[in-house]
Amino acid sequence: MNFHAIKSIYFFEMARTRRTLMQSIVSPVLSTTLYFVVFGAAIGSRISEVDGVSYGAFIVPGLIMLSLMTQSLSNASFGIYFPRFTGTIYEILSAPVSFLEVTIAFVGAAATKSALVGVIILITANFFVPLEIQHPVWMIVFFVLTSVTFALLGFIIGIWADNFEKLQFVPLLIVTPLAFLGGSFYSITMLPEIWQKVTLLNPVVYLISGFRWSFYGQADVSLALSLGMTMLFLLASILVIHRIFKTGYKLKP
Amino acid sequence: MSSIISVRDLTKTYDSGFSALKSVSLDIKEGEVFALLGPNGAGKTTLISTICGLVRPTSGTITVGGHDAIKEFRAARQLIGLVPQEMPTAPFEPVLNTVQFTRGLFGLPANPALIESILKDLTLWDKRDNQIMSLSGGMKRRLLVAKALAHEPKILFLDEPTAGVDVELRHDMWRLVDKLKERGVTIILTTHYIEEAEEMADRVGVINKGEIILVEEKAELMRKLGRKELKLVLQEVLSRIPDNLSGFDLVLCAEGKTLTYTYDTQSERTGITSLLTALSDADIRFHDLQTTQSSLEDIFVDLVKGQQ
Repeated sequence: MNFHAIKSIYFFEMARTRRTLMQSIVSPVLSTTLYFVVFGAAIGSRISEVDGVSYGAFIVPGLIMLSLMTQSLSNASFGIYFPRFTGTIYEILSAPVSFLEVTIAFVGAAATKSALVGVIILITANFFVPLEIQHPVWMIVFFVLTSVTFALLGFIIGIWADNFEKLQFVPLLIVTPLAFLGGSFYSITMLPEIWQKVTLLNPVVYLISGFRWSFYGQADVSLALSLGMTMLFLLASILVIHRIFKTGYKLKP
Repeated sequence: MSSIISVRDLTKTYDSGFSALKSVSLDIKEGEVFALLGPNGAGKTTLISTICGLVRPTSGTITVGGHDAIKEFRAARQLIGLVPQEMPTAPFEPVLNTVQFTRGLFGLPANPALIESILKDLTLWDKRDNQIMSLSGGMKRRLLVAKALAHEPKILFLDEPTAGVDVELRHDMWRLVDKLKERGVTIILTTHYIEEAEEMADRVGVINKGEIILVEEKAELMRKLGRKELKLVLQEVLSRIPDNLSGFDLVLCAEGKTLTYTYDTQSERTGITSLLTALSDADIRFHDLQTTQSSLEDIFVDLVKGQQ
């Protein structure tokens, strides 16, 4: 294992966050605060409670999940795409670094950054609504699994994309709708019956449901199913990355 | 000298079906400066990229310092520093960080003293805190060299190190190559500039259309293929070469104002004396003469043309 290389790439990526502090940390906090103002205060005052939890508190796990997913995705996809775009990827590909090490470093850095944002949002939310975390261990499990899984997915997108448009395509046109429709802001039991069934095809539902359960003990689907689907998603991402490195797809002609 | 890089029957066919390398075999000796010449698209960069691990070979083997470049890629790549042809740089990174980053990639602990001396050698130390995008083209080129040297490689690949750089930087590069060679670093450079190969290389390889068509000691190559030309500038215009001179390899040019005699410097008799005697017999007078040696460039052009 080339630990120096992992460390180098990891801190290189983290240094980018430091340079773009406004964009990386401040903007997600601002947008979360806006969500609280709009959904929590303005609309939430008309929806008193969801499953016995005040609406403002109910959306906190969903908001954190939404940030974890989009941040992991954009950090990881940009992290690997940018050196491909500038051409500096040659250094990594010609260094004595294995693909596993490259993945650990890039995905680790992206997941760390999104986790930081997640923690900041949790702290911010604490100022707006009373929070309780019934199952802290499970909360951390879902928190970590989600940031890692979406960082892996972002890594795949960053390798697949040939231009900035493609880079934005998956996050904006697929993941954001799935996250919004996956119950970030509502319980799927609030939907008409037919849509409840359709919603179950959305993988994000399982992540949010499990995460919310760890806060309030309320879930749309069972914990086992949530965990199972999350692991399945993680495994699928790992398999795709394994395949990419096996074939040299878009990295080594 | 033993060979530090050994390439055997290497082929590379890209997914598009283009075969960039056709069964290339090549040995690079430890400590030499090897110049790889070839026209655009000949396979120079593909060959280098395959050895460095940027391109996956279709078949064949590569060993670097006795290590298989694929099975023992860590040991093999540890020995190699690569300065690519394009100048890919991370625009927002500070100079010093990016050089330290490269050293880290090669699994080595930080060594500030070494990095400082490399940057000073390449006159980049004053720029160490600048963002890369603020550097000039020549500085970026030097920065890429600094990065390639950050892990103290035993082999340095310079892919067209002087393409599009000014004369001063080109001479700086040459001096750098000399210095590295003294330290025992093996250097492989690709170039369009024959002058460069002539100046620096110990051995020359010519690649064309994915095949190595020649590998030779530079001096030997110049000797073997070296022809000399004797140019005689005539006092009076000649309409044709007189019959008594037909035995000589003469060409009348410049509208009959010059006679060019081509001869082999290696043969026992160059025929110059008898030519001059014959000229005087034919009463042809000349007011100037000059001799020129064919350069590596002529040799190269001949070779590539000969293959077509």
